[in-house]
Amino acid sequence: MSEKRAIAAGEALLSLEHVSLSFGGVTAISDVSFDIRKGEIRAIIGPNGAGKTSMLNVINGFYQPQIGRILFRGQARARMRPYEAASQGIARTFQNVALFKGMTTLDNIMTGRSLRMKKGLFWQALRHGPALEEEIAHRRVCEGIIDFLEIEHVRKTPVGALPYGLQKRVELGRALAMEPELLLLDEPTAGMNLEEKEDMSRFIVEANRRLGATIALIEHDIGVVMDLSTRVVVLEYGRKIADDVPDVVKADQKVIDAYLGVAH
Amino acid sequence: MNILNAVFVDPFAQMIAAPDLLVQTIWEGFVSGVLYALIALGFVLIYKASGVFNFAQGIMMVFAALTLVGLHEKGVPAWIALLATIAVMYVLALAIERLVLRPLVNQPDIMLLMATFGITYFLIGFGELVFGGNPKSMIAQELFLPSGALDFKVLGGSVTLQKLDIAAAAIAIVMVAVLGLFFQKTRIGRALRAVADDHQAALSVGISLNQIWVIVWFAAGVVALATGIMWGARSEVSFALQVVALKALPVLILGGLTSIPGAIVGGLIIGVGEKLGEFYWGRLIGSGIESWLAYFIALAFLWFRPQGLFGERIIERI
Repeated sequence: MSEKRAIAAGEALLSLEHVSLSFGGVTAISDVSFDIRKGEIRAIIGPNGAGKTSMLNVINGFYQPQIGRILFRGQARARMRPYEAASQGIARTFQNVALFKGMTTLDNIMTGRSLRMKKGLFWQALRHGPALEEEIAHRRVCEGIIDFLEIEHVRKTPVGALPYGLQKRVELGRALAMEPELLLLDEPTAGMNLEEKEDMSRFIVEANRRLGATIALIEHDIGVVMDLSTRVVVLEYGRKIADDVPDVVKADQKVIDAYLGVAH
Repeated sequence: MNILNAVFVDPFAQMIAAPDLLVQTIWEGFVSGVLYALIALGFVLIYKASGVFNFAQGIMMVFAALTLVGLHEKGVPAWIALLATIAVMYVLALAIERLVLRPLVNQPDIMLLMATFGITYFLIGFGELVFGGNPKSMIAQELFLPSGALDFKVLGGSVTLQKLDIAAAAIAIVMVAVLGLFFQKTRIGRALRAVADDHQAALSVGISLNQIWVIVWFAAGVVALATGIMWGARSEVSFALQVVALKALPVLILGGLTSIPGAIVGGLIIGVGEKLGEFYWGRLIGSGIESWLAYFIALAFLWFRPQGLFGERIIERI
């Protein structure tokens, strides 16, 4: 617990200031501010349609907020595309697994190395010299990730043929292969049974502690949120209604109302 | 009875009676099949990576061949003209990505299809403006493509293979193999397959869609150049050649729009099928069968496998 408090007091890796996002007349996020500090696991929770996924899409550049400012490593960020977000060290997974279904587990995870492999088209076409050495070096990193996620037995299986729980793991592996500074996880344990949830939670904690990734996590399972997260931000109808450590958020009347409904 | 005999018995009797003619016909079909496959490959590459059915593929072939021959006519040495043409195809890929694909991103597919019609007419006009509209002959000798023929004694007769056809088949096979290896084994190949599978996920791992688009259009341009040289050497370089590219459509229907092995197998089936059909069944309806048989074969396939031989079967939940 004391460790969590120490991280919670650290410096901000990413800050969102008064961010608003709307599509036509529909407001998805309105005037939300919070920060994600270096080394923490930051949970974003809220009822369905609260704007959680939109929030992640804003952070990794799929959406551009109309109002507000985003600071990453203390610098205000201009309009940014997902490609640029990725090259600054922001990785993510998706709510509905978005893997390359025809490719093997290993190939999927290797795509995570895209930005780190820089040898030119010419050498690659020859598949020789520097490009081959580079390929081998990155392959080694990916094998390490595969060991870490305990998916050695499906290394060569096309991911489309894997059960859902394993697909979620491969997707996490692809994001980890980017060696991200900030890792965005959109419902990493959705649709899993208890055992799979425990495995996934363990991988998330390890990724945070051992690999040093700062994590922003959307999660519906309150148990998982309370166990893993350093701090929790709660959204409802695109607004922030609470932002604190898990124990305080759990007792917050507005949060309880949002989840259970209020008598009018 | 006579008709049944002519359709189901006679042709096969002829095949058995003169096996050397059968081999000859199959070989000729194989060569055009390989070239159809190469054209279809150009379509598949672009369709997989950018979801665009590139109507301009045929004209890209003519344009590439025309640029090569045209530059040589203006006094550029053949090898330099070849390199310059490859450079032109790269610039074309860049321009198409920048001016056509990027502004139309997220638009309905039909818009992108119409845009490729635009590219087609632009290339026809531009090609005629710069190099003139007259048919030209391919600089086959200058590019060290062989001419003449080889005779083989087989099965009690002889088979004649044009050296040019052998070279064409060999180059096509090598190109397909190299492209296949490139897409299976390298980072850019992996990125390309990733983009073909899921745009958003590809973006999230830092794959640049724009870069991938330029690469596939360039690859399709180089494939177009190779097919242009081969077809040009077999006949001549003119805008009429783009009709050949339309043969890629039945190949695509057969093979499925998204499958590289499908393009190859489909090309071979169409190539061999139409030559056999022309030679053994053509006279039944007064020949000319070659120009439409390919479409007929494709149509027959559609009845049984609407997704093509290797295409993805689309199952939608309702």
